Amino acid sequence: MRTATYATRAVCAAAVVLAGTACGGGTGDSGAVLSSSWGDPPNPLEPANTNEVQGGKVLDMIFRGLKRYHPETGEAEDMLAERIETSDSRNFRVTVKDGWTFSNGEKVTARSFVDAWNYGASLRNNQRNAYFFSYIDGYDKVHPEGGRQTADTLSGLKVTGERTFTVRLNQTFSTFPETLGYPAFAPLPRLFFDDHGAWLKKPVGNGPYLVQNYTRGSQMSLRAWDGYPGHDKARNGGVDLKVYTDNNTAYTDLMAGNLDLVDDIPAAQLKNVETDLGDRYINTPAGIIQTLAFPFYDRNWGKDGMEKVRTGLSKAIDRDQITETIFRSTRTPATDWTSPVLGEDGGYREGLCGDACRYDPDAAKRLIEEGGGLPGGQVKITYNADTGSHKQWVDAVCNSINNALGDDRACVGSPVGTFADFRNQITDRKMPGPFRAGWQMDYPLIQNFLQPLYYTNGSSNDGRWSDRKFDDLVDRANAETDTGKAVDFFRQAEEVLRDDMAAIPLWYQNGSAGYSERLSGVRLNPFSVPVYEQIKVG
Amino acid sequence: MGRYVVRRLLQMIPVFVGATLLIFLMVHVMGDPIAGLCGERECDPATAARLRGEFGLDQPVWRQYLTYMGNVLTGDFGTAFNGQPVTELMGTAFPVTIRLTLVAIVLEIVIGITLGVVTGLRRGRPVDTSVLLLTLVVISVPTFVTGLLIQLLLGVTWGWIKPSVSAEAPLGELIVPGLVLASVSLAYVTRLTRTSLAENRRSDYVRTAIAKGLPRRRVVTRHLLRNSLIPVVTFIGTDIGALMGGAIVTERIFNIHGVGYQLYQGILRQNTQTVVGFVTVLVLVFLVANLLVDLLYAVLDPRIRYA
Repeated sequence: MRTATYATRAVCAAAVVLAGTACGGGTGDSGAVLSSSWGDPPNPLEPANTNEVQGGKVLDMIFRGLKRYHPETGEAEDMLAERIETSDSRNFRVTVKDGWTFSNGEKVTARSFVDAWNYGASLRNNQRNAYFFSYIDGYDKVHPEGGRQTADTLSGLKVTGERTFTVRLNQTFSTFPETLGYPAFAPLPRLFFDDHGAWLKKPVGNGPYLVQNYTRGSQMSLRAWDGYPGHDKARNGGVDLKVYTDNNTAYTDLMAGNLDLVDDIPAAQLKNVETDLGDRYINTPAGIIQTLAFPFYDRNWGKDGMEKVRTGLSKAIDRDQITETIFRSTRTPATDWTSPVLGEDGGYREGLCGDACRYDPDAAKRLIEEGGGLPGGQVKITYNADTGSHKQWVDAVCNSINNALGDDRACVGSPVGTFADFRNQITDRKMPGPFRAGWQMDYPLIQNFLQPLYYTNGSSNDGRWSDRKFDDLVDRANAETDTGKAVDFFRQAEEVLRDDMAAIPLWYQNGSAGYSERLSGVRLNPFSVPVYEQIKVG
Repeated sequence: MGRYVVRRLLQMIPVFVGATLLIFLMVHVMGDPIAGLCGERECDPATAARLRGEFGLDQPVWRQYLTYMGNVLTGDFGTAFNGQPVTELMGTAFPVTIRLTLVAIVLEIVIGITLGVVTGLRRGRPVDTSVLLLTLVVISVPTFVTGLLIQLLLGVTWGWIKPSVSAEAPLGELIVPGLVLASVSLAYVTRLTRTSLAENRRSDYVRTAIAKGLPRRRVVTRHLLRNSLIPVVTFIGTDIGALMGGAIVTERIFNIHGVGYQLYQGILRQNTQTVVGFVTVLVLVFLVANLLVDLLYAVLDPRIRYA
């Protein structure tokens, strides 16, 4: 069997060389299947339970929600939504398009959405992303901060017809419709509720692909769904996602022709990747920013006057050199607190950080001295050492700071063994100094880069920074119905952030991928996930 | 013999309890794993509390351990954080690792003992010197270097094998990883056999056998080898456990979804249930393998009797 495939491959290769034709029916064989690297999702694969890229990859293939972010621009476009109407940015009337079904034939109705959202919000289902529904009225009843839930469904959701439902929020939130492209808002078929175990073994959705076979922890085979009613039908026959423990092995497999697509080039291979793959290597901006956060609960770091020290540290970091030598330009020095994928209209402003993010060792030294020096004479940058190449860049940042201050002991890295332990120390407010903070956007809105991270008691406000002026500006932005004006308020809020240097922006992270000669049309979306349905094989 | 086995089996109980308790405490010391489940944000306290309750993490350690051991005795090894029962993980991981270990052990026995016999009988000759040198190189180079090098040469440069093992992990694909896994032990087996053989060659019973006029083949296989293999069998027996647990590096290089992979992931995610479950089974394997080795002594050397 195996020799046979090798033989055919050899014959095909010979044919290509001799006659200049491709094997397997010209370019873009719509029936051909590609293989792609994957990681085992750490949480159960449910829409409201998936908060990382690996699970998100699958959800993006098998689900379509009311909105979908354009793979290139990131703009939220109507998918299953025919209309989302509001007059006060608080009460929304949603009409679902006709003619959509799940891959098992069940119709997608207003109820498919409302049931799914109620499931996601309900405390008893342990959904990691439940807080996405926290803007909807009645969330505090189905998901109280403590004690038992007193309601099963969100009072803010009402089915008003087969294809219509209304949403009432507990506050004005003008960009709420734009958040609905997030996978947590996907519709779910009855099977999900009636036979949950069966659904988890073989998820059923309404996207361009359907799950043919799922061996947990090792492989998922997805095939193009012929009956898919949307305009973004799959241009290939399917995708085999293979779990790799180590992305170095995936890269080796790609080099050997054993794998078609690797969507995370290992750091160690970045220096060879261009000679290895040439134009089959892509490196495009993604909605990810890396920052250094500060423990504002610690008086040493939070007291007045320390903003000078924080700004000084920011100016002591040579971002250009670090992104070039360590990351081989897969990161771009950050000059604001959002991401270039938002675009100027969406709120990204190049250079908003200005002088405060420019490398200037003399000014850095002066500012830190003016601010009273480093607390305890030394900064410790805490990071988790189990994933990514955090150690390398933390050491480089420390080097840069030490050189700027002319003190070998001014900055040291402080590794924490596992991500869970790192998160624990953050949650328990035990950080002794600045620490690694990364943010991958949930949806391409400036709101998502600011509110969760810097608003008082925001869900990801790890440093517990708090500023009334910032909060006010965010509130006003959310209440604003005009997007342009809302973005203006968000930008003003970002300036408050800059003046206090609530977190040091380091760099914007790119998504990187490499693919085999068989593929064409490979592209990463702003979430650094390959746009599988557009890939052509052959 | 029977009493001996029973006594050994009874001795296993305290070892088993002690080992699981140690692992349980070690994973516990790493801290609360729930915070790692919510990505770069704080888990909302209500969900975190519910998850803690579900995985029993809200109980004091001693009670967690007792509950866990109680469940294990009824065959319930708990649930991993992704909602999969640990027994299901074991069901997919152990067959793969056992296959890999078998390949490694077979290679170790066949190649290692053959090389040992060849060199032991030709001491000081060029064969002996070159094999000795080769084993020295294998022992001194770390497994991950050998593994990556072989993978790159055979998998990419020459294209003889696939660089990674597919999800089903058929026996054919496991030969190269098995060789990498066995390499260091193989070198030890060669050296051990060689020394032991060389030592026993001068013993009285060999001289007697030769004086009796027995053919050389019979002297070597029935008399010399049988007595020389006792230390080798001990080594291989204890190596079974080490190979199964130590396959983490090899499994990672060749992307084999076995025990090493599950353990690695379990440790990173601080998943007590997975780690303790897998280690418990590994401890059992180790204990049983040791018992079998001790019983094999009696077969190899009739002078050893167990009562």
